[in-house]
Amino acid sequence: MGRPGPFTPVDLAVQAGRPLLLRQPFDPSEFDDVILGCVNVHADEVNPGRVAPLRLGCGPEVPGWTVQRNCASGMQSIDIGYRYIADGGADLILAGGTEALSHAPLMFSEEATAWFGGLFGAKSPVAKLKQMARFRPKFMTPSIALLRGLTDPVVKINMGQTAEILAHQFGVSRAQADAYAVESHNRLARAHDEGWLEELVPMIGDDGKVYDFDDGVRRDSSTEHLGKLRPAFEKPYGKVTPGNSSQITDGASWVILASEAAVKQHDLEPLAKIVDSEWAALDPSVMGLGPVISSTPILKRQKLTREDIGAWEINEAFAAQVLSCLAAWTEPEFCDGVLGLKEPFGAVDRERLNVDGGAISLGHPVGTSGNRIVIHLIHVMRRLGAKLGVATECIGGGMGGAMLIETV
Amino acid sequence: MRKTTKKHTDALVRLTVEDLTFGTPAAEQPELPELYHWRVHLDEPGVAWAILDKKDESTNTLSEGVLIELDKLLDALSAMKPKGLVIRSAKKSGFIAGAEIGDFKDMSDPAVATEKINQGLGVLDKLEAFGAPTIALVHGYCLGGGLELALACKHRIARDDAKFGFPEVMLGLHPGLAGTWRSLAIMDPVEAMTLMLTGRTSHARKAKRQGLVDAVVPERHMAAAVAQAVAGKLKTSPPSKTLKAKLLRSSPGRSFTAGQMRKKTEEQAREEHYPAPFSMIDLWQRHGDSTSALRSAETRSFVDLLGTDTSKGLVRCFFLREGLKKHGKGIEHGIEHVHVIGAGIMGGDIAAWSALQGCKVTLQDREIKYIAPAIGRAADLFKRKIHNVGDRRAALDRLIPDLAGDGVAGADLIIEAVPEDEDIKHAVFQTVEQRMKDGAILATNTSSILLEKMAEKLIRPERFVGIHFFNPVAKMPLVEVVTHDALDPSVRNRTLAFVNGIDKLPLPARSAPGFLVNRALTPYLMEAFICVQEGMKPELVDAAAEAFGMPMGPIELADQVGLDVGLHVAGVLKRDLDAEMPDIPDWFTKKVESGELGRKSGKGIYVWKNGKPQKQPHTGPIPSDLADRLVMPLLNACVACLREGLIDGEDAVDGGMVFGTGFAPFRGGPMHYAKARGIDNVVDTLKDLAAKHGPRFKPDEGWQLLKGK
Repeated sequence: MGRPGPFTPVDLAVQAGRPLLLRQPFDPSEFDDVILGCVNVHADEVNPGRVAPLRLGCGPEVPGWTVQRNCASGMQSIDIGYRYIADGGADLILAGGTEALSHAPLMFSEEATAWFGGLFGAKSPVAKLKQMARFRPKFMTPSIALLRGLTDPVVKINMGQTAEILAHQFGVSRAQADAYAVESHNRLARAHDEGWLEELVPMIGDDGKVYDFDDGVRRDSSTEHLGKLRPAFEKPYGKVTPGNSSQITDGASWVILASEAAVKQHDLEPLAKIVDSEWAALDPSVMGLGPVISSTPILKRQKLTREDIGAWEINEAFAAQVLSCLAAWTEPEFCDGVLGLKEPFGAVDRERLNVDGGAISLGHPVGTSGNRIVIHLIHVMRRLGAKLGVATECIGGGMGGAMLIETV
Repeated sequence: MRKTTKKHTDALVRLTVEDLTFGTPAAEQPELPELYHWRVHLDEPGVAWAILDKKDESTNTLSEGVLIELDKLLDALSAMKPKGLVIRSAKKSGFIAGAEIGDFKDMSDPAVATEKINQGLGVLDKLEAFGAPTIALVHGYCLGGGLELALACKHRIARDDAKFGFPEVMLGLHPGLAGTWRSLAIMDPVEAMTLMLTGRTSHARKAKRQGLVDAVVPERHMAAAVAQAVAGKLKTSPPSKTLKAKLLRSSPGRSFTAGQMRKKTEEQAREEHYPAPFSMIDLWQRHGDSTSALRSAETRSFVDLLGTDTSKGLVRCFFLREGLKKHGKGIEHGIEHVHVIGAGIMGGDIAAWSALQGCKVTLQDREIKYIAPAIGRAADLFKRKIHNVGDRRAALDRLIPDLAGDGVAGADLIIEAVPEDEDIKHAVFQTVEQRMKDGAILATNTSSILLEKMAEKLIRPERFVGIHFFNPVAKMPLVEVVTHDALDPSVRNRTLAFVNGIDKLPLPARSAPGFLVNRALTPYLMEAFICVQEGMKPELVDAAAEAFGMPMGPIELADQVGLDVGLHVAGVLKRDLDAEMPDIPDWFTKKVESGELGRKSGKGIYVWKNGKPQKQPHTGPIPSDLADRLVMPLLNACVACLREGLIDGEDAVDGGMVFGTGFAPFRGGPMHYAKARGIDNVVDTLKDLAAKHGPRFKPDEGWQLLKGK
C-alpha cells in the first residue's frame, strides 16, 4: 500500500458517474433511488451513497444510501435496485460501488483511545496531569484499519489464510497459482491493447494529471518472476503471495437499472437484463468458495447447465481461491455433499472465465468489484455473443454472491 | 421515475433561505417624519430599527438623500430614547455598496464639495453620539461610504457572508467620510492602510480578526446578538493597542512604514497617474497620531483628489462599466449548461470561468490529455476564487470532461474554441448542429474569422453568435458579443444576458475584421514592432507606452498574448481591411515560424522565465513623440470603427478598450482622451506622423464627423 490516492470514495464515484449520466436522455433528478456499495467510508463523507448523487447533480430530492456486504457491496447495490424494480416500487435506479483503499485510516488501539478519552474528559489540571502520566509509548503505534478489516473477527484468520486453507484442501500448487496470476496479467494487457475495457473512464486529478489506466497490470509478469516472491500470509511455507493475490486499489463503478416502463418512456437501449441472483454463506475460514455455493443454486433453479453459461466473471480475490472453486466443481464428493448435485458440475472452461483478467491484475477496490464484474461481464458477453453469463464473488466473512445476466 | 414539480422544489428551496431579521415591531409605533429611503420602527423590547431600502434601486448606495434622511430620523429617534438603534439594509444584495458615484459629478467645485462632505460628516458624528448603543447589522457588501457609516456605529455585527472594503482608490480617491481615521482608530494601522490602499475586501471572519467587526453571526442569531449588544454585553473589539501597533503609530514608525508602503505602491502604480494612494500615505505619515488633524486633512485631501483628471477618468470608467452592464439586463437567458469545444488555453479557461460562475460545463476535446491541463488550471483558479472548500469541490464537479461530446445534446449554449481554421470550425459546426437541442445557442470564440462566412454554411444561422473572450479569461473583464445580419435578436439578447450573468462586461460588436479590440489594438502593436525594426530597444518602446499609462507595454503584451496570435490577426486585418496597414516585418514572421511565440514558448521578443519577461529596465529619456506614435494608430482605428458603425457610440468604444485591453484607465478611454486632447490636435499629430513615417498615420475621415458633433 503506497501513499493515499488523490480521490476519496465519493470523488471516484463522481468521476465515474458523470460521463454515464451525461449520455442519458433523462435528467438525473428522475432517479427513484441511488444505492452505492462502499466498505471503507471516508470520515468526511460517511454516507457516500447520499453525497455522490448530490455531487453528481441529481438534485436534493433524490434519496441515496450506502450498502455494505464487504467484497460484494457493489453487487449488493445492483441486487437491491433490481428487486425494487421487480417489486414495482421503482423505475430508475443508479447502483454503484466505490472504494478508496489508499485512504483507509490509521487507527489507534482501544487502550490508546480510552486514554485520549480520559484526557479530554479530565476537568481539572490535576486530573489532566494524572491522566497524562498514564501515557504509554505503545499508544502511539497505530494499526491500519484496512488490515484489521481483512482479518475475520470470528475465526481470527485473515483473508489470505482462507486462501491457503482452500489451496491445501483442493490441492492447488504454488506453481498453478502463479501461472493463473500471470495469465490474468496477460489477459488484461491484451484487453487494454484491444480496447475491450469499454466501460473504463479516465479520471483527471486536481493537478491536471490523467489517470487513464490501472497501474496494477504488469506486462512483464512471468512465473519465473512471481516464483521469487515470498508468501505474504503464512511464512515460510505458504503459497499465497502478493503476486498471486488481488491488488489493493481505488476505483468506482455505476450501473443504471431501469424498468420496462422507463426504457420505453426514455427510449433507452438496455445492455442486458438481470435474470436471477443469489446470496449464500459458509464457514468464514473457507469463504473463497462463495462463488460456487451462490452461483450453482441459480443454475439449478433456472434449470441451466454449466454449458449454457457463455461467460463467467469470478472475482479474483486470490489465484488459489479461484482455482479451488474450479476444482470444487469437479469433485464428486463436494458436489454431492455441498451442492446436492448427483453428477459433478464440471470444469468451467478457462476461455469463458475472466477472459480479460481480473482483480489480480486490475485490482480489487472492495466495494466496487462486484459492480465492475457485472458491467464487464456484459461487455464480454456482447463481444463473445454469449446469451447468458454469471458474475460471482467470494465475500470476506464467509459468503458468496452471484448474478445471472442475459443479453438483450 | 421521480417527478419533481417546480412548486414542490421551490417550496423546499424556500426552507434553506433565512429571511432578514428586522425585529418584531411593537404594537404602537411613534410618529416619524416621512422618509423615502428608510423604514423605521420600534421593536417590542424598545429598540429602534432603521432599515435602509433605497427607493427604486436593487442595491443601497450612500447618496446625499440617504444621509439627509438619516439626519432627520436620528433627530426624531433620539427624542424617543430607544434602548438601542439598529441600522440594517433591506436589500438582499447587501448593506451599502458605497457612495452614490453620480453625486461626485456635482462636486467639481471644491467649495461645494467641502460643504457637502462636512454635512455628511455631521450626520455620521450625530450617529456616533447617539444616546443608546448603535449597531450596524451587516450582510453582503459593506463598502466605501457604507463602511464609513457602519464605522460610526458603536457595534458592527456581520453576517457570515459580509464583505468589507474601501474601494475608493479604484476611483482615484481615498475614504472621505471619516473612513481614514475611524478605521485607523480601531485597526492595526498597517491593516487599515492596506485595506484603503489596495481596495481589496475582507470577508466577515477576516474582518473580525482585523477588529473591524465585533461578531460574526448567522442570520438566525441576529436578534439574539442585537439583544446582547443593546444590553451592553457584546464586547467591542478593543482598538489595536499592541506594542507593534503603538510603534507603528509613533512618528518614526510611521515614517519607516510609510516609506515601505510608498515603495510597494510604486510597484503597482505611478504617482503621476494615480496620486490617491500616495496622498493616503502622506495623510497617515503626517497626521497618524492625531485624529482631529487627520479628520480635517482627510477632507482637504479628498476634495483635492476629486478635482484631479485621474479621478474624473476613473469615475468615467466606473460609468463605462455600468453602461456595459446594462446590456442584457433583465433578460432571462436560461443558460444553465454550457458545452465548450476545444480545451486549449481559451476554451479551457472559458469553461473554467463558466463553471466558477455556477454553470454546468462540459468540456470537449479529442483526447483526455488535451482536457487534463484545463482541469488543472481550473482547480488553481477555483482555489484562488472560492474560499469554501465544499463550494470549490462543487465547481470542479460541475466542470465535466466530455470526450464523446455527449454534452452537446443537453447544452443551452455551445461555444466553439477550436483553432482559427474555417474548415476545422465548419466540421465542428456540422456535427454540433445535428445534436444540439432546440432553443440552444451556437457560439464561436473566433477573433479573426468573419461570422457571415461561418454562418453561410449553417442550417440555422439565426442562432449563431460570436462570444469573443480575451486572454487571460479570468482577468479580462470584457467579452465582445459579435453579431451579424442573420442573427435572431432574441439570441443576441440572451447572449448579452449570459455574458453579463457570468460577471463579464458584454460589448456588442458587429462582425468585421478584428471586431473592435483587435482592430484597434493591432495597429498599436504593429507600430511597436516597426519601432523595434528601426532599431529601438523593446524596453524603450514598452517604457513609452507605460509612461502613457498602459498597464503593460505593447511588446510585452504581444509576447503575453502570443506572437502567433498577433501575426494571424495582423495578417487577416491587412488582407480584409481597406485601411492603410504597415507591412508585417519579416523578422516577426520568422520568429513565429521558428517557434518563438512569446510567453507560452519561453521566448518571443523577450525571454520569459516563471511567467515574467526578462527585461533590462529602461533608463534615460524617452523620445517625446514615441507615445503618440504608438497610441495615435489605436485612436485612428477606434474612430474608423465608429464611422463604420461597428460599435454603438464613443462610450462603448472607450469601455471596450479600457476593459478589453487595459487602455490607460485614468485617461477615461481612447475617445475621451482624444477629446480631452482636442480633436484638431489629434488630427494634426496624425498628419505630422504621416509626414514623418508614412501614410499609415493618415487621419481617418471619422475625425471630421466627430468634430461635427
